[in-house]
Amino acid sequence: MDELGRLDTPLHRLDARTKIITTVAFIVAVMSFPRYEVSALMPLFVFPFVLMASGNIPAGSILRKVAFAAPFALFVGLFNPWFDQHAALTIGSHTISGGWLSFASIMVRFALTVSAALILVACTGIHHLCAGLEQLGVPRLFAVQLLFLYRYLFVIGEEGLRMIRSVQMRSTGSGPLRLRTYGSLTGHLLLRSMDRAQRIYCSMASRGFDGQVRVLRRTALGWRDVIFAGGWIAFFIIVRNWNLADGLGRWLTGCGL
Amino acid sequence: MSKQTIELKNLCFSYPDKTEALRGISFRIGYGESVAIVGGNGAGKSTLLQHLNGYLMPSNGSVLVGDQPITRETIAAVRRSVGVVFQDPDDQLFMPTVFDDVAFGPLNARLPPEEVERRVTAALERVGMLHLRERPPYKLSAGEKRAVAIAAVLATEPDILVMDEPSSNLDPRGRRRLMNLLSGFEQTRIIATHDLEMVVEICQRVIVMDHGTVVAEGRPADVFMDEAKMLRHGLECPHILRHRHPH
Repeated sequence: MDELGRLDTPLHRLDARTKIITTVAFIVAVMSFPRYEVSALMPLFVFPFVLMASGNIPAGSILRKVAFAAPFALFVGLFNPWFDQHAALTIGSHTISGGWLSFASIMVRFALTVSAALILVACTGIHHLCAGLEQLGVPRLFAVQLLFLYRYLFVIGEEGLRMIRSVQMRSTGSGPLRLRTYGSLTGHLLLRSMDRAQRIYCSMASRGFDGQVRVLRRTALGWRDVIFAGGWIAFFIIVRNWNLADGLGRWLTGCGL
Repeated sequence: MSKQTIELKNLCFSYPDKTEALRGISFRIGYGESVAIVGGNGAGKSTLLQHLNGYLMPSNGSVLVGDQPITRETIAAVRRSVGVVFQDPDDQLFMPTVFDDVAFGPLNARLPPEEVERRVTAALERVGMLHLRERPPYKLSAGEKRAVAIAAVLATEPDILVMDEPSSNLDPRGRRRLMNLLSGFEQTRIIATHDLEMVVEICQRVIVMDHGTVVAEGRPADVFMDEAKMLRHGLECPHILRHRHPH
């Protein structure tokens, strides 16, 4: 994701705030649809696809990450088809229950919002994102936390991997790790990360840290930002108020109203 | 009086669990000197270093930077003049890019953007890492990380450079580069290390610690040649000296 964040495309050059606001507007638009809505959501896929194309972001890497998070959404919607069995839609001789519709709707919304958030990170870079959040008035504490979380995730992850490897080396390949070992392992990891936090604070303090992370700002809002945010938000409003997929279908099949 | 001197007067420190880490340490390091602090594991080196910029406060005795004792009031000024390079560069490089990391200190000092830019460029150039300025620090090699960590401290333009194990985890080439870099600095340098060979090459004076006290002090060649004493304190005579003075 970091590599992607450093690409230089017109999309990357936009101010972080513009992309944050547009993405939030997108998520709000997606969430505001009624719960059985599926077809009207479809035109919104234009947003992530256009962004991926214009930001040179490989769809594969975004899709993999979306798939990775998919089980969470799956569990949220899993029971809808059982609990909500009233017929909501008839296609030919098949009836589809409201539960299946709302389940499909949850999955579509999930795919839309998660991919949009991932694309936001990929086309902005985490540090510009945090700086943008701070400029937009998000409490500094949260922005700094996010930055640190992202930075040290890898370090702690690597430490955890090293610990697991050392356990495996000494467990003569027999069976999975026991719960007790896991407990001790995670406990140690916690203690180590607390020690590390202490050392990081020490190094920050010795370079004059006073609670505020300052970054040299190298961005400014321009007319491109206004066009980008304005254009997309107008598109979201149109999609929200008129079912474009339905309209297109009627127009193509000549069914009229 | 110059701020480039540092003086410890009967420095004592106990951890909250009553472990006595430092028991009455006194020495003075003058302008532009390059001094090594050596000693076995647990001798108190790291605890001592943490006193030099006020991260730990003495239980007894005092630390003077220039002629100012370190107190809660002077701590900000002390931290501006004493730069600390930590042992694990990962603890020090936490910003998203090398540039931001090196700019962290100057920005905290509220310098104007042009000055920040100038200092970052100068510091990175000094350690030969200017080409990495837009890279994320965690993607760098150990040697590059160390160099960037040093640049991050240099950018604050300290009078005194304190380093904890600067040559650890470096390959021979990285270590050699580091030594050339360190011997080129004009600041006062205090280096805690186990790398005795490096001490012989780049330090004018060495302070040997054991059990929280100073057990020997002097020119590295003189101190290290007393092999019996060195062995007693968990150290040894470095090869580079044996070679020079075969016996």
